[in-house]
Amino acid sequence: MSTRELTCIGCPLGCAVTVTLKDGSVTAVTGNTCPRGDTYARKEVTNPTRIVTSTVHVTGGIHPMVNVKTSSDIPKDKIFACMDALKGVRAAAPVRIGDVILSNAAGTGADIIAAGNVPAK
Amino acid sequence: MKYYDLVIVGGGPAGLAAAVSARDCGIEDILILERDNELGGILNQCIHNGFGLHTFKEELTGPEYAARFIDQVTERGIDCRLHTMVMDISVDTEAGSFRKKVTAMNRTDGMFEISAAAVILAMGCRERSRGALNIPGFRPAGIFSAGTAQRLVNMEGYMPGREVVILGSGDIGLIMARRMTLEGAKVKVVAELMPYSGGLKRNIVQCLDDFGIPLKLSHTVIDIEGKHRVSAVTIAEVGADRKPIPGTEERYTCDTLLLSCGLIPENELSKGAGIALSPVTSGPIVNDSLETSIEGVFACGNVLHVHDLVDYVSQEAAAAGKHAADYIRHGNKKHAKTVEIRSTDGVRYTVPKYVRPTEMSDTLTVRFRVGDVYKNCSIAVYFDDICVSRRRRPVMAPGEMEQIILEKKKLGEYPDLCSITIRIEK
Ligand SMILES: Cc1cc2nc3c(=O)[nH]c(=O)nc-3n(C[C@H](O)[C@H](O)[C@H](O)COP(=O)(O)OP(=O)(O)OC[C@H]3O[C@@H](n4cnc5c(N)ncnc54)[C@H](O)[C@@H]3O)c2cc1C
Ligand code: SF4
Repeated sequence: MSTRELTCIGCPLGCAVTVTLKDGSVTAVTGNTCPRGDTYARKEVTNPTRIVTSTVHVTGGIHPMVNVKTSSDIPKDKIFACMDALKGVRAAAPVRIGDVILSNAAGTGADIIAAGNVPAK
Repeated sequence: MKYYDLVIVGGGPAGLAAAVSARDCGIEDILILERDNELGGILNQCIHNGFGLHTFKEELTGPEYAARFIDQVTERGIDCRLHTMVMDISVDTEAGSFRKKVTAMNRTDGMFEISAAAVILAMGCRERSRGALNIPGFRPAGIFSAGTAQRLVNMEGYMPGREVVILGSGDIGLIMARRMTLEGAKVKVVAELMPYSGGLKRNIVQCLDDFGIPLKLSHTVIDIEGKHRVSAVTIAEVGADRKPIPGTEERYTCDTLLLSCGLIPENELSKGAGIALSPVTSGPIVNDSLETSIEGVFACGNVLHVHDLVDYVSQEAAAAGKHAADYIRHGNKKHAKTVEIRSTDGVRYTVPKYVRPTEMSDTLTVRFRVGDVYKNCSIAVYFDDICVSRRRRPVMAPGEMEQIILEKKKLGEYPDLCSITIRIEK
């Protein structure tokens, strides 16, 4: 048996939620004020995921950088692997929102896509 | 002098949404003036996601959210002038009717004047300067405002430092803690003077907790070391009087100190025009149509009061666009009865501050902030001495904007109404 303390981000109340785990599966969730806290806490301890956003350099564009993000949320422990995969990646202008900059980033199955427009110079 | 029905100062999310709304209300002749080299305002440097949850039911990044509105402005063929700084706004006495004169400047046209029936102020806000912080010691290099650091990292691809201490737990500070960590820096601590964070819960969890960055509430920076570049920062706990408690000092070696000390509406232009400003928000005082103390001059977005969600900026700006269109078509209902909204007992201010019961829209959203953290309290609304509504809120905090809705029908039932009071009650 182990427990984990989390802060629910479902609303500004920010309940302090305690999750009890046994052999890796959730046996109890306490401290949440509403069911959303339960759902959030279960996901957070079993399969936490995040959208990762960053920037990459652009060649030949009106701006030197473009905003990029993962096309879907990726496992939280892959965030740094994803950032490493982006090192040295360059995009050539014009870049349009939705353009794939790097496919299957760090083996997550998610692509890195452009989240900003950079017209050519 | 060139004439436009409507001139919008600022091409951030507020200016863009106001322009789209005014056009959709039938105003053809609109000009947006933006001092930057592109539209989108502060959103261009906000590369994190979480924008537009309310409006698009999607989590967009700042540039993606901006692009949706830039596309709408482009589709409608609305005129924009970039690289153009508005220098002055005044009332144009020569033009017979109540016109406004907007003086602006850019490289190609030099200084020029535009006459307008209505003006919408959408200049956004700027960061509180570090001069406002009373930190003793030298001022070595390596001290940045969080917003400046955000611009450097995200738009210019330049990392301001490797070992970082952040003072202030506003959203920009939190977002930058994560951003610099992802780029390989070590963020050692975030210190916050107040006993609560000024940032959104979501940002505390996803920007600090995710990366094990400690947040120290009721702490402040008491010393900065370093001759040329910052080399260490000392923080200490503060008591209820916000004075450092001796013996609680902790020293962190670092090369960078980021200051995230809040935002303040950018109102030099409004001041110059003689518009009445609120001492609480530093933004213009407006009525239910978001009209300032000068007829035909409207305000929306962060220039009016600092918003934490861009969705509310867009909604407010759309309302400003519609009201400006009404004004251009029908003029001002100067003699309509006006009722003041008073804020007391924990409510710091309201936007708008005045309501005209006969002129207001069917429903009016009144936004405000509370001055402290309130648990299990109610927002009470009084028409003179009569309590007309009480809404229980499990928690309210200064970092999150609150709102109430006023209904025109309901106000109509109180023909002798003198004032409306909004307060927090146990
Ligand atoms: C760092 C940061 C992070 C944020 N994160 C989030 C988030 O995660 N989710 C969310 O929903 N909201 C977020 N917000 C809030 C949201 O982005 C802002 O509330 C919104 O951008 C404000 O829009 P605005 O148009 O009023 O101001 P701005 O975006 O600041 O635009 C004002 C524009 O006016 C122009 N201007 C100013 N003066 C003049 C002049 N004299 N002449 C010509 N042009 C002028 C400026 O150049 C600028 O382009 C964040 C804000 C900041 C600062
Ligand atoms: S558990 Fe429910 S009430 Fe508590 S923070 Fe989460 S969403 Fe809000």
